[in-house]
Amino acid sequence: MVNPDNVADVAALYERIYLIRRVEEEIIRIYPTDKVKSPVHLSIGQESVSVGVCSNLRSQDIVYATYRGHAAYLAKGGNLNKMFAELYGKVGGFASGKAGSMHLGDIDAGMIGTSAIVSTSIPLAVGNALAMRMQGRDVVTVVFFGEGATDEGVYHESLNFASLKKLPILFVCENNFYAIYSHVRDRMPDANICERANAYRIPAKKIEGGDIFAICNAARDSLAAINAGEGPQFLECMTYRWRDHVGPGEDRHIEYRPDSELDRWIKDDQVARLAGMLDAATRDKIESSTNSRIAAAETAAEESPFPDPEIMYTNVYQ
Amino acid sequence: MSISDRSISYATALYEATHQEMSRDPSVFVYGLGVDDAKGMYGSTMALHRDFGPERCFDTPLAEDAMTGVGIGAAIAGMRPIHVHQRMDFLLLCMNQLVNMAAKMGYMTDGAVKVPMVIRGIIGRSWGQGAQHSQALHSFFMHVPGIRVVAPTTPYDAKGCMIAAIRDNNPVVFMEHRMLYNNQGIVPEEPFEVPFGQARILSEGDDITILGISHMVVEALRAKHLLEKVGIDAEVIDPVSLAPLDIDTILRSVEKTGRLLIVDTSWLHCGASAEIIAQIYERQQGSRHFLARRLGYQETPCPTTRSLENVYYPSAKSIALRAYEMMGNDVASWVPDEVEAVEIAEFKGPF
Ligand SMILES: Cc1ncc(C[n+]2csc(CCOP(=O)(O)OP(=O)(O)O)c2C)c(N)n1
Repeated sequence: MVNPDNVADVAALYERIYLIRRVEEEIIRIYPTDKVKSPVHLSIGQESVSVGVCSNLRSQDIVYATYRGHAAYLAKGGNLNKMFAELYGKVGGFASGKAGSMHLGDIDAGMIGTSAIVSTSIPLAVGNALAMRMQGRDVVTVVFFGEGATDEGVYHESLNFASLKKLPILFVCENNFYAIYSHVRDRMPDANICERANAYRIPAKKIEGGDIFAICNAARDSLAAINAGEGPQFLECMTYRWRDHVGPGEDRHIEYRPDSELDRWIKDDQVARLAGMLDAATRDKIESSTNSRIAAAETAAEESPFPDPEIMYTNVYQ
Repeated sequence: MSISDRSISYATALYEATHQEMSRDPSVFVYGLGVDDAKGMYGSTMALHRDFGPERCFDTPLAEDAMTGVGIGAAIAGMRPIHVHQRMDFLLLCMNQLVNMAAKMGYMTDGAVKVPMVIRGIIGRSWGQGAQHSQALHSFFMHVPGIRVVAPTTPYDAKGCMIAAIRDNNPVVFMEHRMLYNNQGIVPEEPFEVPFGQARILSEGDDITILGISHMVVEALRAKHLLEKVGIDAEVIDPVSLAPLDIDTILRSVEKTGRLLIVDTSWLHCGASAEIIAQIYERQQGSRHFLARRLGYQETPCPTTRSLENVYYPSAKSIALRAYEMMGNDVASWVPDEVEAVEIAEFKGPF
């Protein structure tokens, strides 16, 4: 169990979550310069899900995520320099700028890929779990997706198959209530996402409030069940996106959600919560080293060249 | 300003056509992800839900496959659905319903049922749309008997084609382009139809025929201006409708100029450009020699970074140079002026 009273546990979580928050704040700062010429889907407000789950993963475990993938990538131990360079569209990125923010993927970090077509990476994650079992490998697969993805047929087909074959996979639904500006209640008669997973005989647990410790511990239990051969497990983590669906801005002016709802979630910020649990010296140390890492990554991205045209033609076929 | 020279945007033209048809015909309804949100599909469905109620303009779950089938079923039962997709890429999730059901129900019932449905797909470009938000899939649909495909470029054609598509008794894939949305043009206020299967000669010329598809029509017109500076007189054609295709108009132009350059807003292999050249060749059977070349996307997925995106797409300059070469010139002997594609330069996304 992750123990809120154990300073080392808290510091480890804070180090990851602070990095993610700061990276995205930097993206917001940089965005007006047009150096990141690409849509960005920020995770600000949702970081505790990726950090809580990934803090339980081993380096060999595999993650699939979505276009809102910065948090999952960094939580899985992704390479900060390569990520910044990729966002800048430079050769230093893991795909030389051919992927960009919506398609973070880095086999070295155990995050295979992210798709900008909602729900499409879910069956791939199931396929990964199938392969791991066929190959007898000790690897757990985790797939992150929004509650909007659970609308899609392929999601249901994937859960059914994963359960049928008792595959070693953890489904993590980041329920932030909205798919772009459409509330979940306008898309489902009842947002009973856990019950739906149960209907496929997949044990599911709902975690309220974005509580990072609860997410950590629930993920730990789920992974233990998977490792004990009990088949797929499911977590529905309630969370909230603070910024607009896409782009660096706030979106209060669009008026599709009540300000009070957003304010409540901001008040429960898990980054601030963890920060408040650490003494100033520990916190400062984490923050200053993180900020220098980010500054170095930005500089490296600036200095990395744009790709030459020939790079466009590589890896269309392997 | 008189009504006849009223200028509106491509987005407004689509909106106006839809609004007018919804007023005229209670069986028309609009649905799809985000059609009733604050952004109203870049203005093209803005406030339809307020004017016609949430029964006739509604958001859906993320369920493209089923929602396509639901539209087909409703169309068979007498409605005229318009299913809107923010990106044409999402039509890949609708493919089975469109190809196996919509395209064939009329045939398999020997005309007892019809599927009067419009499927709108917006092609993305620029600001790092990347591999999955930039695809133009018209050739996929052109391949299938029973589906119509239109790709209007001007606000006038956007309005007229939309009205014709809504009134048509077949499934119509209505291909739009994000870079055309702010295009302004003269559009009559009253409803009118642009009949399918009629290409438009946008600008006459004697030396070479340049046929553009969708947004590439805009680049072809820019290329025409560049070519004027070196004394080349290009004829620019917009096919407007791809299935049915007005091969006669294209053929007449090619017979006049002897040169055909097709600029597609997609890949070339097995694409619309290949089909058009094959049809011209078949019609001519060698009766008149003609040169043909094609430009389109590079044969790769679309890269996200701007430096590669610039190479990925044809531009006014690359079109002009290719035409110049087809006129028998050495490309090294001409450096065309830089022309800015404002709609691309000014687009800061995100989508
Ligand atoms: C198949 C498909 N349909 C529609 C879209 C457009 N779209 C992009 S993100 C999104 C909302 C997804 O919501 P959710 O799964 O809850 O994830 P979130 O964005 O909230 O993280 C939609 C509808 C898409 N990218 N892919």
